[in-house]
Amino acid sequence: MLEIKNLHARIAEDGTEIIRGLDLTVKAGEVAAIMGPNGSGKSTLSYVLAGREDYEVTEGDILYNGESILDLDPAERSARGIFLAFQYPMEIPGVATMEFLKVAINAQRRARGEPELKVPDLIKKVREASGSLDMDMAMLKRPLNVGFSGGEKKRAEILQMKLLEPKLCVLDETDSGLDIDALKIVADGVNALRSPDRAFVVITHYQRLLEHIVPDTVHVLSRGRIVKSGDKSLALELERGGYAGIVGEAA
Amino acid sequence: MNVHATTTPTRTAAEQALVDGFAARVSDFPGDAATVSARDEAVERLKAGLPTRKVEAWHYTDLRRLLAKVPPHDPTAGVEPLAPVLPDSAILAVRNGIAEAAPAIEGIEIVRVAEALAEGRMASLAPLDGDDVVTRLNTAFVTDGFDLLVAEGQDIATSLELQNLHAGGQVHARFGLKAGRGSTVTVVERQAGTGEALSSSVSEVTVEDDASVRWLIVQEQDAGTSHMAQFRARLGRNARLTLFIMNAGGRLVRQEVRVDQSGEGSDFQLRGVNLLAGEGHTDVTMVLDHSAPHTTSTELLRNVATDRAHGVFQGQIRVDRIAQKTDARMACNTLLLSDDAEFSTKPELEIFADDVACGHGATVTEIDHDHLFYLMARGVDEKTARGLLVKAFLREVVEELDDEPVVEALEAKLDQWFAEHG
Repeated sequence: MLEIKNLHARIAEDGTEIIRGLDLTVKAGEVAAIMGPNGSGKSTLSYVLAGREDYEVTEGDILYNGESILDLDPAERSARGIFLAFQYPMEIPGVATMEFLKVAINAQRRARGEPELKVPDLIKKVREASGSLDMDMAMLKRPLNVGFSGGEKKRAEILQMKLLEPKLCVLDETDSGLDIDALKIVADGVNALRSPDRAFVVITHYQRLLEHIVPDTVHVLSRGRIVKSGDKSLALELERGGYAGIVGEAA
Repeated sequence: MNVHATTTPTRTAAEQALVDGFAARVSDFPGDAATVSARDEAVERLKAGLPTRKVEAWHYTDLRRLLAKVPPHDPTAGVEPLAPVLPDSAILAVRNGIAEAAPAIEGIEIVRVAEALAEGRMASLAPLDGDDVVTRLNTAFVTDGFDLLVAEGQDIATSLELQNLHAGGQVHARFGLKAGRGSTVTVVERQAGTGEALSSSVSEVTVEDDASVRWLIVQEQDAGTSHMAQFRARLGRNARLTLFIMNAGGRLVRQEVRVDQSGEGSDFQLRGVNLLAGEGHTDVTMVLDHSAPHTTSTELLRNVATDRAHGVFQGQIRVDRIAQKTDARMACNTLLLSDDAEFSTKPELEIFADDVACGHGATVTEIDHDHLFYLMARGVDEKTARGLLVKAFLREVVEELDDEPVVEALEAKLDQWFAEHG
């Protein structure tokens, strides 16, 4: 489903190279964990996948279902089924969460040639999806993410993921800032979405999240490259030995 | 050698058109002897020329340069009626300079301005100061309008919509409102029309002790119209005035706000959105006097400017020596949506009392790229995402009015503007 080939990417503004020859393949139905120390390029990878303008791809390619997505803007990527759950979801004053969900869901439905959802159907759908995430509908009347706690923001991200039904879900440090109860709710939300035609790229610093979202493959990112790949036991190895051993070994 | 020592500069085409237009129409203008002399005095000052940027109050709006065209009044121009902004409003329309028969509204005495002028009952034809060109222009040419008197203690449930409408040419209207002690009323002042025109309008509001007035100016002039307007108000003891201004059109617009909080404990709230597009130049200039103790005010303007539009906000707050415990806050935030759009802000605080809280802030920004990325990452295309963010920015001001039908009506106006310019 996702093939990243010799990807090089830099910060557009100052030209600092962050991703330096990254290769990664993720199949449909797979949950791939990307682990790495601070500064290894984890968040940059998620932004480059989503198409953020602040980063420039200078070499290599990203294929999604066999086609390059480098020329697509974030909205086009999203419409094709790529979803990024943000590490730090933006607070957007003045845009009510419910209104935003309506616009986003219908934008995607239009892009896929499906009829737009009417408000009652939309509310029903949102109510169903938010219930299992232990979210209060009253929260959805508030401006998007404004005044939400860290846990509420992450749950709102997962809610959006459920509603938009993407095919490739990129989770950027979804565990950061979550207590264990919130982590479980978020992980359950993700696990409920696992299916043979959907893939996940789970980016995390800690093994903790992977106890709840069990990965099929684990990849270690260091200085913008994947330096080691393995199964879920690699995550445990990292937990015991830290990044120094692996990163040092690969260098 | 032939040296010309004349000190009178050549009149611009617009200045000449004003002088000629006055001469042609003066015999038809309504008014008693005092009105006639007020008109004459006003036009004499106009003959000396329109203000340039050298006049401080007009520094960002060089009227002499910007008022390029003054078309003559067209008595035959047919003006279509306009549905009110707030549903179920009582409409008081001035069409092409003539006030139509007003509906009867319980608790309000309504007088046509043409009659009031004929009877010498319009007291406020004089300009507020030497630079008050808007009032001079209006006083010289005013033909009609409505003067309203809300009786003491009346809570007027029906909102009123005052309309100054044209279909090209020239219109000059005047509106007055006196809200008697303890009364409550909501008024929409609608300024609209089609085609090349010069429109002027002066509204004078007196909010007596304990009365509460909400006044919404909705200006949606044609891109060929120059519109010169003034809103003046005086607030009595514990009086409350909320003024909302929406500028959503016009080629050259000057909206002046002159408020005197002369009543102790009075409160003034100004909220405004300026929607600027095309080649338009829109200037909101406020002079607010806190002239009594314990007076409060906040002024919040949000502006969006696109294409080659230019916006101006001058906000002057003057706190009198006796106006202790004044609390005044002013903010002006602008989103620039194109490289060629411009917005000039000039806040001014003149404080002569020593125990007050006054503040002002101004920002000019572009759309937040992080916000844009977030919305686009959810599949919202760039144009729609920008629209959502801009509307969100403006809505925060509209929603502060905290009255559902009013908020809905104004948001519909925002949507209408975005459909045309977004």
